Amino acid sequence: MSSARPVNQRAWWFVLPVLISVAFSALVPLMTIVNYSVQDILGPDQAVFVGMEWYREILRDPDLHGALLRQLIFTTAVLAIEIPLGIVLALGIPERGWRASLALVLLAMPLLIPWNVVGTIWQIFARGDIGLLGYVLTQFGIDYNYSQHPTDAWVTVLVMDVWHWTPLVALLSYAALRAIPEPFYQAARIDGASRWAVFRHIELPKMRGVLTIALLLRLMDSFMIYTEPFVLTGGGPGTATTFLSQYLTQKAVGQFDLGPAAAFSLVYFLIILLLCFVLYNFMKDPQ
Amino acid sequence: MRRKYSWLVLALYLVFTLAPIYWMVHMSLRNNLAITSTFAWLPESLSFANYATIFTDPAWYDGYLNSIIYVVLNTILSVAVALPAAYAFSRYSFLGDKHLFFWLLTNRMTPPAVFLLPFFQLYTAIGLMDTHLAVALAHMVFNVPLAVWILEGFMSAVPREIDETAYIDGYSFPRFFVKLFLPLIKAGIGVTAFFCFMFSWVELLLARTLTSVDAKPIAATMTRTVSAAGMDWGTLAAAGVLTIVPGALVIYFVRHYIAKGFAMGRV
Repeated sequence: MSSARPVNQRAWWFVLPVLISVAFSALVPLMTIVNYSVQDILGPDQAVFVGMEWYREILRDPDLHGALLRQLIFTTAVLAIEIPLGIVLALGIPERGWRASLALVLLAMPLLIPWNVVGTIWQIFARGDIGLLGYVLTQFGIDYNYSQHPTDAWVTVLVMDVWHWTPLVALLSYAALRAIPEPFYQAARIDGASRWAVFRHIELPKMRGVLTIALLLRLMDSFMIYTEPFVLTGGGPGTATTFLSQYLTQKAVGQFDLGPAAAFSLVYFLIILLLCFVLYNFMKDPQ
Repeated sequence: MRRKYSWLVLALYLVFTLAPIYWMVHMSLRNNLAITSTFAWLPESLSFANYATIFTDPAWYDGYLNSIIYVVLNTILSVAVALPAAYAFSRYSFLGDKHLFFWLLTNRMTPPAVFLLPFFQLYTAIGLMDTHLAVALAHMVFNVPLAVWILEGFMSAVPREIDETAYIDGYSFPRFFVKLFLPLIKAGIGVTAFFCFMFSWVELLLARTLTSVDAKPIAATMTRTVSAAGMDWGTLAAAGVLTIVPGALVIYFVRHYIAKGFAMGRV
């Protein structure tokens, strides 16, 4: 498909507005951060060039290693649950009719709630004494308390993320499924293919493009998760739900270490970039 | 067989989706004392006092207006700049196109915490602080890349013969693009607009950093409800319920476009 596109360098003019708008708000801040990351900022007009010093410091920081490990486990769990669940949900949404409309509107609701509100709702919703989820769990005799037990806190943040973001995967997968032309299914029926074979050999390959974007979005967004756990658990108890963003903010705002925080941000950015790049190439069309 | 099974999963999942939302509605109808002291399956009484607070206090409803203004502005700008770019990616091959396509997405990958500071400095320097335009422009960083990716998918599904026939028929490029091409990808524009609307609507950190009074978004207003008397849970929940409404309307209008289906071309 890509080989069929005619070469036309003037197409750059079409891309120019995007380049200007994105570069303006992305490159300027990025360069500022690079600038900070190699300086020791002592005051508004006082800065000393320190080279790679901050990078050396943060790469040796054991707290950062802990946060990175928690982050990797969390993001892996997010992807492992949300992508398959989103696909199964998409398969369950009817093709048309009011039931399809209803399912789409209801599914999309969590996506439309501002992130701090998501955290606030769950803060009450998961409370053992006054929240629906916590109350029901407690009634079943489960010793559940997300503000005391690290495991409970971690699982609550994960369940909250699944609640919040699986609909995105489901909506995208649903749209991809609807784009598959009917003749593909007819051919499969003639061949007597099983439901699983239809999914494995027709639906899944046709969803590849859309699933790639869903995977990339969930990977980068869950890697940068901040507002929701900040409101729900504040990173605790202890450091159970202190993911990378949370730790970075503590460093940047709490300790006024702008230099190391900037170096940290860049390393953080490069890790996300690397993971996305690997995933992108893994998911790309083999041709 | 399989369809029935998926239906069951979907139905159970919808219950799971609605449970926290039910709890938010439930909270919005009670007073703070009741919320924090007793558990009840159903609100004891239907009280709309929390909603009345929001509709009568300009500090609250201005927040909604501000959010809607910059979100709509952002959606229009994002789709407008993404359309020609997506066309270029779907129709032509040019130097660095593949790298550029992926690079676009890398702009979504910057962890916000420290990046807020340069954003603040940049928008202060160009005198846009506390304007709707500032937030709309800043949100383009994460919405434009997504818009290009989604629109490119829709555009690649339109056969290139349509472009060629139009040129033979004497259409100029702008006329072809606006009169013939855009109506063909109407569904794509609708879906893209929904995603831009959604991501801009729920973002808090940038929106809060770039505004103070005149353009303060609703989500930021909600972080200020902590007073000496503690959290004002009821009003917060009512405000939360109201934040779902605009987006729910948008998804209702684009549901048919999503149901028509789309694929991603370039990936």
